[in-house]
Amino acid sequence: MTDPAPMIDIRNLSVTFNRGRKPVKAVNGVSLSVRPGEVVALLGESGSGKSVTMRSLLRLHPAGTTIEGTMTVAGRDVTGLSKRELGDLRGPIVSMVFQEPRLALDPVYTLGRQIEETIMRHEKVSRAEASARALALFRKVRIPSPERRLKNYPHEMSGGMLQRSMIAMALACNPKVLLADEPTTALDATVQIQILLLIRDLQREYGLSVIFVTHDIGVAAEVADRIAVMYAGRIVEEGTVSEIIHAPKHPYTQGLLGARVELAHGRDRLITIPGAPPDLTNMPSGCAFSPRCPVASEPCHTRVPELVSQGEAGRVACIQYA
Amino acid sequence: MTDYLHRSMGDLDPRDRGGPAQPLVSVQGLVKHFPVKSSGLFQPRKVVRAVDSINFEILKGETLGVVGESGCGKSTTARLLMQLVKPDKGEVLFDGETVGGAISLGDYRRQVQMVFQDSYASLNPRLTIEESVSFGPRVHGVPAQTAIARAHDLLHRVGLEPNRFAGRYPHELSGGQRQRVNIARALALEPRLVILDEAVSALDKSVEAQVLNLLLDLKRDFGLTYLFISHDLNVVRFMCDRVMVMYLGKVAEIGSRDAIFERTKHPYSAALLASMPSMDPQARALEPPLVGDPPSPIDPPSGCRFHTRCKFAEDICAQIVPPLAAISQAQSAACLMSMPRSGHSHAPVHGDL
Repeated sequence: MTDPAPMIDIRNLSVTFNRGRKPVKAVNGVSLSVRPGEVVALLGESGSGKSVTMRSLLRLHPAGTTIEGTMTVAGRDVTGLSKRELGDLRGPIVSMVFQEPRLALDPVYTLGRQIEETIMRHEKVSRAEASARALALFRKVRIPSPERRLKNYPHEMSGGMLQRSMIAMALACNPKVLLADEPTTALDATVQIQILLLIRDLQREYGLSVIFVTHDIGVAAEVADRIAVMYAGRIVEEGTVSEIIHAPKHPYTQGLLGARVELAHGRDRLITIPGAPPDLTNMPSGCAFSPRCPVASEPCHTRVPELVSQGEAGRVACIQYA
Repeated sequence: MTDYLHRSMGDLDPRDRGGPAQPLVSVQGLVKHFPVKSSGLFQPRKVVRAVDSINFEILKGETLGVVGESGCGKSTTARLLMQLVKPDKGEVLFDGETVGGAISLGDYRRQVQMVFQDSYASLNPRLTIEESVSFGPRVHGVPAQTAIARAHDLLHRVGLEPNRFAGRYPHELSGGQRQRVNIARALALEPRLVILDEAVSALDKSVEAQVLNLLLDLKRDFGLTYLFISHDLNVVRFMCDRVMVMYLGKVAEIGSRDAIFERTKHPYSAALLASMPSMDPQARALEPPLVGDPPSPIDPPSGCRFHTRCKFAEDICAQIVPPLAAISQAQSAACLMSMPRSGHSHAPVHGDL
């Protein structure tokens, strides 16, 4: 945290969607910084605000969404960029890999064509040069018979191969930051581990800063340097992978780890967190986790705990540590 | 009418025919090929070999897990069991009786129910929760009043207070609550076998744990048998007594949970197990256990279907289809490496078990 120039610096970000009857505050005061060459996993359940936080960095929200706070990426203030400037940012500085490559890729163009187009949008190169780079990228992401595969349309490829193509496209303009939104959730376990290893290798090779959004703590443990746990629009705990996995501090993180089926050998029931995450349009007062928390006390229901430093690099938002 | 709610496992089910030793379901030589559009007029018609001659049994009172990659045939197997698709070949015996023969399809469907992955798509959006849960019994001739009363009992049983939830519509519930409704609906006809096809896969982890506990309670209270299909090996290990590993329409290995998870005899099962994230940042995987995606079931590889991705594959593996053979009482595998004198260099020399 003492690093002079973080690659990504998010300060007090709040995102409110204004569609529907009531405004929904999906992200509520998130601060997060990512150093150059660091991989941070945003871990949380659906509706926790992990994807919304990440998408804010590319301003990928529908019109009418209110974004508050400041976000800088590679020294640029993202909140104030014009459409044109955002276009210049997406690709050479920040790029993204989505959960569903089938929806993220254009079905009517070949994969080679789509990668060439990305390169030519940002750099003054000939098509021949762009296509040579596309081929090199396909080799890099270890797609077998890359010459032939570049001529394929998305529907001709399997899910794992498509996700590799998406990664190739994301790396086409040598970005500094890679945003990965549950990139392996739709894949089989055998393919998932291949993609995770690929992302890890490329991250090291390119020195990328990565934000990796996932709901799976096992996946986070496999790729990340640090983990930030989100609950109901806020970061509730942050720390190195070992800290989070071996010594979780927040009762929610403890509950998540305790409910893991891997730990239940020989037990006939799982330990569970009672209840369900809160409705974002109808948030409980005080700590959002307090209605489900086994150790909640009176002040938890009235006061929102701040994220305070805890241990070497960790931060926790729980009254027990305030 | 609610006495079944209080039946415990020790009591004899009046519908039981063959006794506890008789498998509840016995599948023999089941085949299902789906035709695909041919690419030209004179091209040979191609088929997806979704399920290609499989045999297995589901024992009374057990939970049998089915695992494998997408396209391995696990969901088709479930649909074949439910008679949602007609098999091309093969037979399903339910408690010793041929389905569609000695036991009519109506009787069979009453005793075998299914819970699907997509909790929203599997509920009628225009029916309230109590209407959905009581629908099945009413179709099978239970008077409306009784069916509704039973639906309320079941909703209570799965943790949804009928006073609050019975009149709601599916879109008013969360994913976990909807899946509880689907489970209640599956139980409304007092089935003996419940097929759970990725029933908890779409749920958040904290909700998944709650639903898994519920499934365990219901199994004990109603004396159910489960066929539990999942891609999550950790969940399968927690839930299941026995596990069946499928690969490209064939059974690769089947055996007790401990046999599969601790002494697997099939390189594919071993690779699947090794693909699970380790949860230990100090012991991260360095090499992926398997390279590439599963091949297409349209033109599966010759011989052992796994030989194209298997690190132990030899020439013989492309020629011989390994039969599913017993290795011990608790375990059978379809691999030439565990078949005596199969010609594979790792094969045991002696035939004794």
